[in-house]
Amino acid sequence: MFEKSVAELGRALSAGQVSAVELAKLYLDRIERHRELNAFLDVRPEVTLGQAREADARIARGDATPLTGVPVAHKDIFVTRDFASTASSRMLKGYMSPFDATVVEKLGNAGMVTLGKLNCDEFAMGSSNENSHYGNVLNPWDKTAVPGGSSGGSAAAVAARIAPAATATDTGGSIREPAAFSGVTGIKPTYGRASRWGMIAFASSLDQAGIMTSSAEDAALIFNGMLGFDPRDSTSIERADEDYTRKLGSGVRGLRIGVPKEFFGEGLQPDVEKAVRDALAEYVRQGAELVDISLPNAALGIPVYYVIAPAECSSNLSRFDGVRYGHRAAQYGDLDDMIKKSRAEGFGPEPRRRILIGAYVLSHGYYDAYYLQAQKVRRIIADEFQQAFRQCDIIAGPVTTSVAFGFGEKAADPVAMYLSDLYTIPGSLAGIPAMSIPCGFGAKKRPVGLQLMANYFEEAKLLGVAHHYQLVTDWHRRLPKGFSA
Amino acid sequence: MSLTSSDVRRIAHLARIEITEAETQHTLVQLNEIFKLIEQLQSVNTAGIEPMSHPLGGSQRLREDLASDKPDREANMKNAPASRDGLFLVPRVIE
Repeated sequence: MFEKSVAELGRALSAGQVSAVELAKLYLDRIERHRELNAFLDVRPEVTLGQAREADARIARGDATPLTGVPVAHKDIFVTRDFASTASSRMLKGYMSPFDATVVEKLGNAGMVTLGKLNCDEFAMGSSNENSHYGNVLNPWDKTAVPGGSSGGSAAAVAARIAPAATATDTGGSIREPAAFSGVTGIKPTYGRASRWGMIAFASSLDQAGIMTSSAEDAALIFNGMLGFDPRDSTSIERADEDYTRKLGSGVRGLRIGVPKEFFGEGLQPDVEKAVRDALAEYVRQGAELVDISLPNAALGIPVYYVIAPAECSSNLSRFDGVRYGHRAAQYGDLDDMIKKSRAEGFGPEPRRRILIGAYVLSHGYYDAYYLQAQKVRRIIADEFQQAFRQCDIIAGPVTTSVAFGFGEKAADPVAMYLSDLYTIPGSLAGIPAMSIPCGFGAKKRPVGLQLMANYFEEAKLLGVAHHYQLVTDWHRRLPKGFSA
Repeated sequence: MSLTSSDVRRIAHLARIEITEAETQHTLVQLNEIFKLIEQLQSVNTAGIEPMSHPLGGSQRLREDLASDKPDREANMKNAPASRDGLFLVPRVIE
């Protein structure tokens, strides 16, 4: 049962082949058996089973949705009433939110059963999940490799099928990069499509919730329950709900796939390039056409991102003062000293580093040269996507330059780590929907992801294009050794 | 350009993060590496380009200025490191 997709689980539940309680127990048992992955930070079987009993009652009453009774786990960036919400930080150790994030609430309203909270990089800052205060998450395909970050727990949990689906968040690639490294399907929608309410803020003009699943079809089903306008989020877009599954059968005949030459330049490892080119060739066999496109300033995405994201993070994280909630130092003098010590102890090295960069680029005399200039270059990059979409329907390329790297390989060098997000940052800066789907294996038999990007509000088309690939390939169905029983 | 250790101490103060002398030196090296990356932006010609503050542009939506939530004081204060009688406790700030 654990190898089934969300769609299949939903059908099994409505046909009475399995109950929500049985499914919850099955996944809780798998979570327990694979604790070595360190994917989960908080599991409370009594909460999960309570939700599962409600789901069974709802199915019995006949008012179930296709998601009712299907388990889901939440990245520990979404606040939850019934599980601790820590953002993987010491700062929020043991924090119990008085409310549920909108995304959590909506999936709960659809009847999904929460398995627990997933490990991630602290405050979603990182590309390897090595920045969690609560330890590394292991990549189920190779336990010496990172799962990617920041949504590393989400990726590892879905890869190991200890959860059929997991929420995740993207700021500069935190869904696509771990999805690629861990061999799962991960998608971020258009900025503003998923509510940010109750999502612990990192960089507000970039942060966007998404989902990791074992297939594009599953992601479409969950998007139906997860996305939509939320009056509580000032950047949420007022736009009618839509059916994200409506283009799953559309095929790819005549589809123009734009291939940006900048995504195949220096730095791209041959194993990743081969898997990605093979995937593009498969699309051509299926009737799509490849179009050479250019995103000339895509590489400037990294410096733009490392101005904008730290600037917004230094502002967002100023709320942690050790007064109303969060860590407070044990020893301190006056109020200022209490705040300084609490923040120094509560934040790990990466948030501290980014807060300092942000404080600098926003400080008097530097704002125009850094923050404003970065916002201008951000527009140049976003405009280049619009140029490109005049020539093509979808953009495709690699997600990362290499397969997952090993623990410690980049941890001591922040700049090397930042370069991991070369191909994912441009889409995040533009705010377009983007995803990663498994397309093979590279060095050391580690997974490779194919990146697909579409224009604003074209999630349904994007999911249809990904789904078609998954109809004719089986990379997304493969399970890592040791997790197939 | 590159930062100095006094810049690091100044921004750590602005950000209200205590920093030791050893951390200052280590942070200085790392921040200078990162700023080398960021400096690439200075050579981009952005004359006449509107800054992009938000992916879909436009102003942020405002709602009617009406009370919507009824805050539950007790629930909202449960996570406070120190509180008494519905108040957050901090070190004395007025002598």
